[in-house]
Amino acid sequence: MKTTVIDIHNVSKIYNPDTIPVHAVNGVHLHIERGEFTALVGPSGSGKTTLLNIIGGLDVPTEGKVVINDTDITALSPNRLIQFRLHNIGFVFQSFNLIPVLTASENVEFIMLLQGAPKAERERRVKELMHAVGLSDKMDVRPAQLSGGQQQRVAVARALASKPQFILADEPTANLDSQSATNLLDMMAQLNREEGMTFIFSTHDARVIERARRVITLVDGRIASDTASVSVA
Amino acid sequence: MLLQLAWRNLWRNPNRSFITMASVWCAVVLAVAMSSLQKGVFDHLISNVVSFYSGYVQVHRTGYQSEQTLENSFPLTDSIQKAVLSSPGVAAATPRLEAFALASTGEKTKGCLVAGIAPDTEERVTRLKSKIVAGAYLQDSAQTILIAEGLAKRLQTGLGDTVILLGQGYYGTTAAGKYAVGGILRFGSPALNDQVVFLPLAAAQHWLDAPGLATTLVVSPEKPTATERIAAQLRASLPPDFETLTWQEMMPDIHEHIQADTASSAIILGVLYLLISFGIFATLLMMLAERQREFGMLVALGMKKRQLAQMVMFESVLITLTGCLFGILASIPLVWWLKEHPIRITGEMAEVYEKFGFEAIFPASLAPSIFWNQALAVLIIGLLLSLYPIAKVLFLKPVDAMRA
Repeated sequence: MKTTVIDIHNVSKIYNPDTIPVHAVNGVHLHIERGEFTALVGPSGSGKTTLLNIIGGLDVPTEGKVVINDTDITALSPNRLIQFRLHNIGFVFQSFNLIPVLTASENVEFIMLLQGAPKAERERRVKELMHAVGLSDKMDVRPAQLSGGQQQRVAVARALASKPQFILADEPTANLDSQSATNLLDMMAQLNREEGMTFIFSTHDARVIERARRVITLVDGRIASDTASVSVA
Repeated sequence: MLLQLAWRNLWRNPNRSFITMASVWCAVVLAVAMSSLQKGVFDHLISNVVSFYSGYVQVHRTGYQSEQTLENSFPLTDSIQKAVLSSPGVAAATPRLEAFALASTGEKTKGCLVAGIAPDTEERVTRLKSKIVAGAYLQDSAQTILIAEGLAKRLQTGLGDTVILLGQGYYGTTAAGKYAVGGILRFGSPALNDQVVFLPLAAAQHWLDAPGLATTLVVSPEKPTATERIAAQLRASLPPDFETLTWQEMMPDIHEHIQADTASSAIILGVLYLLISFGIFATLLMMLAERQREFGMLVALGMKKRQLAQMVMFESVLITLTGCLFGILASIPLVWWLKEHPIRITGEMAEVYEKFGFEAIFPASLAPSIFWNQALAVLIIGLLLSLYPIAKVLFLKPVDAMRA
């Protein structure tokens, strides 16, 4: 039986409402089920990153509500929202993903430190996750010494560290070469397949779109199409 | 975790951190050197004038301070001495019978301050024996005097010579006495060095026809910092016909000079710290501008703004405290050297100092409070400067910050 993880009700985001209103997201209704591997696509300015930010509680919608596992995150106070993000949502950003002064393993551990996880559990999970993303040999390396693809893998490991309900990835392959992008997508697809982790991407990258099982196309802030892809992640 | 992260963040841009720490270092070294010289000079002055003569607290018959005559002396009873000595914090007390007189040798005559003292207790209170450069210390029953070196020079007298003291005794009697010079004293304070004569209390009482009387009880506290408290206790416990004065009240000119000089130094220190504050603030502003995206990312990931603000505050405090710590470490040998090799003023400037009764010498003080005070001042600056980035962090919107 399918379980809805994210329920988006009539969400709109209007920038400059008092001057020249810009409808970044316009009346979007959407349900994301557990275990989905979904891509939000569309041209620049179509509203995909704004929608991703609203789903992640980083931005507040002008109208509508976002319910994640029965919690209306649009009604949470800023502090509760930060706590909610920490325990429920994993993020992979396009750039500036990692804390430059921490090693790869410390970056992964950081989230668990914020969560207050005990040391033994943190150490065990960091090893597991670094192994899962294929970077067991880069535990003590700082981000500047890692390639772009390796940095994104560490970011995925960090996103998984908090045991989130789902992972939001904003253009995760945008700065990667073809091989690194493929490796990253392979890894995320494997996590999706084997661990049932839900992934939602905002992307224009054809390689991501090809691998997604559901592709939601946004145009001018509205859902223009929502199709299940024939390809298998 | 936050402290560790803050420390590592400091070394992201080592050049910038080093420059900021160097500016703090420089300010702390200057501030410590300045404060220690100032405290050293004042301590030296107080030591010369206060601890070697006036004492920190004096008890007189009421009215003596404004009219210093023998008519304002008091009977030196055991009860008054016991009352003073039993007061908590009092280490010792010694009586004096003081009068102004003319000292004469051959054709030389000079005005002087004659103090009849109890040799044993005087030594405990003012360590007078340590000032003897020739001859021997007084004995209770002796008829010899101790004369200050400057006065002896002016009178062209020396050990074993006779000095005639002429003054006004109790109730206007003529006081005249002939005494042999038993010792020469050297005081740091030019004012004391040019005018003081000591003789045993009994001899002074006889000379002034004031048997059993004293003009002053000089009180030595266990700790000089307890001066005010002890004075207050004595005021409360002694009969109303006695007045108790602290050295600041007896010598308001010196006290005011110290206060005025301390205030002007505080202004200079304030300007110095203001300058380094701008430097540190500029560093914090650059750091804020460079790390907007990172801050946005941290909040997006789930770091509380309070934790982020704490981290920024740690960075600000760590950079100032590290500079301060190295500044203090560097200033210790410098201040020690200045203490061991005090600056001596010579020429006209020295004369100006001596005219005001100060020895023209600038020793430094190694009092730990000087170093702690600087560390505290720098810590406060660090905390105050971190308020701006803290405010920026608390109002940060992660999405806007990540777009920056």
